[in-house]
Amino acid sequence: MEKAQLIELVKSLCSDAEVTEGRQFVEAVVPVKDLHSVAEQLKTDPETAFDFLFCLSGVDYGKELGVVYHVRSTKLGHSIVLKIRFQDRDNPVADSVTDIWLTAEYHEREVYDLLGIKFRNHPDLRRFFLPASAGYPLRKDFVDDENIVVKK
Amino acid sequence: MEEAVKELIDENQEYVINMGPQHPSTHGVLRLVVSLKGEIVKNVEPHIGYIHRGIEKMCESITYPQIIHLTDRMDYLSAHINNEAVCLAVEKALETDIPDRIKIIRTIMSELTRIQSHQLFWATYGMDLGGLTCFFYGLRDREKILDIFEETCGSRMIVSYNCPGGLMYDIHPNFQNRVKEFIKYFRRTLPEYDQLLTGNVIFRERTMNVGRLSLEDAISYGVTGPSGRASGFSCDVRKHEPYSAYDRVKFNEITFNDGDSYHRYLVRMKEMWESMDIIEQLIDNIPEGPYAVKMKPVIKLPEGEYYQRVETARGELGVYIISDGNKNPYRVKFRSPNFVNLSVLNLISKDFKIADLVTIGGSLDLVIPDIDR
Repeated sequence: MEKAQLIELVKSLCSDAEVTEGRQFVEAVVPVKDLHSVAEQLKTDPETAFDFLFCLSGVDYGKELGVVYHVRSTKLGHSIVLKIRFQDRDNPVADSVTDIWLTAEYHEREVYDLLGIKFRNHPDLRRFFLPASAGYPLRKDFVDDENIVVKK
Repeated sequence: MEEAVKELIDENQEYVINMGPQHPSTHGVLRLVVSLKGEIVKNVEPHIGYIHRGIEKMCESITYPQIIHLTDRMDYLSAHINNEAVCLAVEKALETDIPDRIKIIRTIMSELTRIQSHQLFWATYGMDLGGLTCFFYGLRDREKILDIFEETCGSRMIVSYNCPGGLMYDIHPNFQNRVKEFIKYFRRTLPEYDQLLTGNVIFRERTMNVGRLSLEDAISYGVTGPSGRASGFSCDVRKHEPYSAYDRVKFNEITFNDGDSYHRYLVRMKEMWESMDIIEQLIDNIPEGPYAVKMKPVIKLPEGEYYQRVETARGELGVYIISDGNKNPYRVKFRSPNFVNLSVLNLISKDFKIADLVTIGGSLDLVIPDIDR
């Protein structure tokens, strides 16, 4: 599917989405509550058939936290980037997409571990790399006096 | 004594044991908590993070040329390909034109890296299944590639040979001859690998129909690389999104439909032949020219997001860079193939015997530092 068509389609799926044609992929910023339904429709619709979630990253944008989903269709070859943003830094919760793409289970655990973003309906949301006392190191306001030495 | 045994049995009457973190078959510090009913595996739960170094966090405080040295330490068997991923992302962001000489040398080095990685896979996989001879044969031949690396890059495994804009140094004058010599030698010795292991009855019995992964699961779990292609998932980035000089060489993407341990093994064996074909097409056609494009002393990427994927020996590596215009990246995410491939272990090892867990884990060819990052 061409980029322009894809932009129209995502806009029709979710009227609140901000869709732009990025440098590489079509990028759609979706409201947190709509993410699961948009993702599900993009996967099940045979015209888009986004069946391969190839990257899921958590990002700290400073004031906001975010999750970025890179999705590709193995049959049709096109890709899309879905993004969600949380205003609430203390208790960010999103819907898990593990039921849509099974690979999300590990990726979401990683994002929870390193950024503290929680995922509703995740089968097994526990810390992955770090012990419970470690905090969320990929956040920009993370402080660790012992291990991080700031050169002046 | 009885009390101690009771503690090991959980509420489902399953016996829980720890495999690792120092188990020889995991090739690194991976701990698998395995629930067993008798000898049958009911659940496998990987515990990782023993060598989590926070590479993504470290990247946020260093410059782009410095990041390259960290990527070596992720998948140390695909070190050169990891370097290339970051370099390509930076070059794409700066819209730098890379001369053919650099592209071709990078491709040759990538394929040599792939061969040595598959050789080590073959060596250790044979050893995991009880054939110690494989280990000596595999390492004997791998040594020859490492010698070529040493001569050209100054290092054997952690090569750091790429830099944004090209290569760190020019190739050694002896490089082409040695590579050609190696290809000639390896074309003769690779059939020995098949004679030794591929046709072995014990090996085939232990790997065929063990750990079957369907195509749907492979795509849904995002299993890429040889492990995904054994299930029929056409996921070779070199074919689908050619980078460097892969658009000018002819090679086949090896896929099978069975998706068991034996076919995951077979994909790697056949890929070594393809890699040799690729090298042979390029080795005599290295044009003259500079080995690096002059870049600015301080590399700053324009504000924006960049994604670059490459095919390492284990699957699709993605580098996702968010830049805010500074000399340090704002956020770097590595989509590591091993992390994703590990997620399928529980699914495909269910209801097999515990000895098969070694077979299945070995056939996924996991490199632990790449999982932990």
